[in-house]
Amino acid sequence: MFHYLEKTLASQVVAPTRRTFLKLSAGAVGGLLIGGGVAPIRDAQASTPAEAFVQPFVHITPDNQVTVIVKHLDMGQGSANGLATLVADELDADLSQLSVQHAPSNPNVYKNLLFGVQGTGGSTAIANSFEQYRQAGAAAKAMIVQAAAERWGVEPGTITVSAGTVSGGGNSATLGELASAAAEQPVPETVSLKAPEQWVYIGKETQRLDLPVKTQGSVGLFGIDLQQADALTAVTLRPPRFGATVASVDDGSARAVDGVVEVLQTPAGVVVVAQNMWSAMQGRTALEVTWDETNAEMRGTDELAAEFSALLDQPGNAAPARGDAAGKLASAATVIEADYSFPYLNHGQMEPLNATVMFDGEKAEFWFGSQIQTLDHNVAAAVLGIDFPNVSINTMFAGGSFGRRATPDAHLTAEAAMVVKAWFDATGEARPIKLVFTREDDMASGYFRPMHMHRVRAGVDENGMISGWEHRVVGQGIMIGTPFEAFTVKDGVDHSSVEGAADTTYDLPDFALDTHHPTVGIPVLWWRAVGHTHTAFVMETMMDELAEAAGIDPVAFRLNHLTSDARLAGVLREAADRVGPAPDGTHRGIAVHKSFNTYVAEIADVRLREDGTVKVEQVTCAIDCGVAVNPDNIRAQVEGGLGFGLSAVLREEITLTDGQVDQLNYPDYPPLRISDMPTVDVHIVASAEAPTGVGEPATPPIGPAVANAIYRATGQRIRSLPLTKHGLA
Amino acid sequence: MTRIILNGTETDLDVSPDMPLLWALRDSLQMTGTKFGCGVAFCGACTVHIDGIPARACQTYIGDIEGAEVTTIEGVSSPEAQAIQAAWVELQVPQCGYCQSGQIMSASALLKETPKPTDEDIDFAMDGNLCRCATYARIRKAIHRAAEILEA
Ligand code: FES
Ligand code: FES
Repeated sequence: MFHYLEKTLASQVVAPTRRTFLKLSAGAVGGLLIGGGVAPIRDAQASTPAEAFVQPFVHITPDNQVTVIVKHLDMGQGSANGLATLVADELDADLSQLSVQHAPSNPNVYKNLLFGVQGTGGSTAIANSFEQYRQAGAAAKAMIVQAAAERWGVEPGTITVSAGTVSGGGNSATLGELASAAAEQPVPETVSLKAPEQWVYIGKETQRLDLPVKTQGSVGLFGIDLQQADALTAVTLRPPRFGATVASVDDGSARAVDGVVEVLQTPAGVVVVAQNMWSAMQGRTALEVTWDETNAEMRGTDELAAEFSALLDQPGNAAPARGDAAGKLASAATVIEADYSFPYLNHGQMEPLNATVMFDGEKAEFWFGSQIQTLDHNVAAAVLGIDFPNVSINTMFAGGSFGRRATPDAHLTAEAAMVVKAWFDATGEARPIKLVFTREDDMASGYFRPMHMHRVRAGVDENGMISGWEHRVVGQGIMIGTPFEAFTVKDGVDHSSVEGAADTTYDLPDFALDTHHPTVGIPVLWWRAVGHTHTAFVMETMMDELAEAAGIDPVAFRLNHLTSDARLAGVLREAADRVGPAPDGTHRGIAVHKSFNTYVAEIADVRLREDGTVKVEQVTCAIDCGVAVNPDNIRAQVEGGLGFGLSAVLREEITLTDGQVDQLNYPDYPPLRISDMPTVDVHIVASAEAPTGVGEPATPPIGPAVANAIYRATGQRIRSLPLTKHGLA
Repeated sequence: MTRIILNGTETDLDVSPDMPLLWALRDSLQMTGTKFGCGVAFCGACTVHIDGIPARACQTYIGDIEGAEVTTIEGVSSPEAQAIQAAWVELQVPQCGYCQSGQIMSASALLKETPKPTDEDIDFAMDGNLCRCATYARIRKAIHRAAEILEA
């Protein structure tokens, strides 16, 4: 989705020349180094020695350490390791000498090739880097080989590199021993890449470099754990309703709290700055603030649901239609009409939002899990009133994101910058300030997956084929009201509300879809798999209903309508072929969906407990994501992705009463627990296609697979989530 | 002043007795392996051992633990913990990793108490540790694997 950023931010991206390329990379790398054989964690400010081999994506030091510079935020999805694997494969490095380090913010060098700016999302990390990182590894290897050939007086063609050892003419050396000589070589204009059968790591089960440290406390990885001398902690008291502002503040008691250093005001609210988090939170509790609610959103979700529901009766903004849906429905043998509703959802990533900033009036340095660095960088510079080159961003590993750290308004960056600016204006002191959201701040501050309602009318004819499909979607468009609206919204239809339905690849020759995007003052945002989180539910439960109406097996019925999408049909067949017998007493449901160019089928076996709640016992998945760069990591992402989706299906719902969020912490919004987790069996379809994303595509199918299973168990069609609404969870 | 035995070392904490152990560890002692997830004893990210029993540091007050033995992820080194950490890497459990300090503290306490846990034992002991990345299927397998490692 973020490719829309390209146009807006293009002015910030200067075409790279080779000179700037090299200059920018050398020494420009801050951030944390983890993994590998030398030091699992190197100091954040570690500098690269002068005699090292330094290219934008790979550094090789004389101590034989190979560091891959990772342009994508690793928020748990394994992209750092994935990118390192690509370099290591072409370089023929040994995995034990490999480390990873997040890249600095520099759109010229580190842009996402699909977005045009530096940023991570839409499950693109491997997809856009697959050529680039292999080329970086191959170029480094060519320079190493050339250096070895000159040193040993042999032909480059006679030199081999294997597991980090360079050999030729009876000599051998490590990559580290050749690093400084390789650094003197010209960068090759072109390199040839290995054929797939020559890959040594790609497609193999390799262990993630970041996991040993993550079993030892992840010390130094996350922004929230950053330790700096002299640093202060800030928490913000935010208005109780979206759109409210501060009317008056009495901070006398707050300032009296032990450890509180300063109380500041920003457009986000009233900020308590303290020696530590505990003092900051206590100081915040002691604040007395009145709010101006003139422009606040006062509606609750009940009122919004009534308004959305009324809009389902009215024609909306039409997406391009095909055929004659209304005409076909008029003559269909059976017509099914159904309404669906989906709640607001919180991301609930376990590391609450935070950002640390140091500002001396001229230059600013940031440390946080930046997901769209170029946007954060621009916003930081604008808020602080300094030039782009005077801002630097150290991207930290993130304790989850699921979309939450990528906001079109960069509100976290803006707020952190406003706090540090207010601090500097008030005190003249340059000190690092860590702005931390409590769980309550994180949960109640909006940026939710938007509430949506759908209405579908679909028919089947006497031959068991779908005959007409009318679809209406009501919900806030994620991009509406952002600077990207002009690029994302066509004919009044925000694609992020209809993706997965408007672009379905089922054979639906007579299809019409329209939308309403009501204006609501609640900030909304993409949430793992974005619009697919609700469109897949509607499409795949309706397909199940239509199959039943046609008297056809649900798999066969889907296959009958997938004549133009062989890959989607392929995963459906794969899952159906591979699934074992359903455990005794369970009921089975299936769903298949494509998102982010990856195809996933899921079969859920569900048991009804005695108290009437459901336990999803086992899920069988088939995934086609092109070349499987790291099969075990793909399985991990499928397990986690469907677990994340199941969590929402079971119990997650953000509601508002009179404009105030009702859920403030996990007890009110209880995510999936270990006792809820099914066993998961993942089958990866062998493919030679370019690799596509795996972080999101397993999330959409789980809801409809479970709902279809529940229908088999109870005869009840589930058309609203979460299942707690129906006493099923 | 409160004295505790932290990871085997006598440690004096000059903080208010009503400060939660979580913030004393993270902010006063700069020991950030113990994570902040919810602050209300609901997510388990802050799990430590107090006198060998898993406890939520966010709801444990300094004034209540005078003289207690506190073990954090930085100091945990029992055979159970080592087996858990090894199994965690072998089965590639963590994703973002943020919850995993707490998971490992809870799982190592489980194995100490119940060397051969059943799935039900695991559900019971681990249900208070949320993982938003939903690494649960691997956590379960890795606990069984750690039990095997310990047996060998
Ligand atoms: S932070 Fe202590 S249980 Fe969540
Ligand atoms: S690994 Fe991310 S929350 Fe558990």
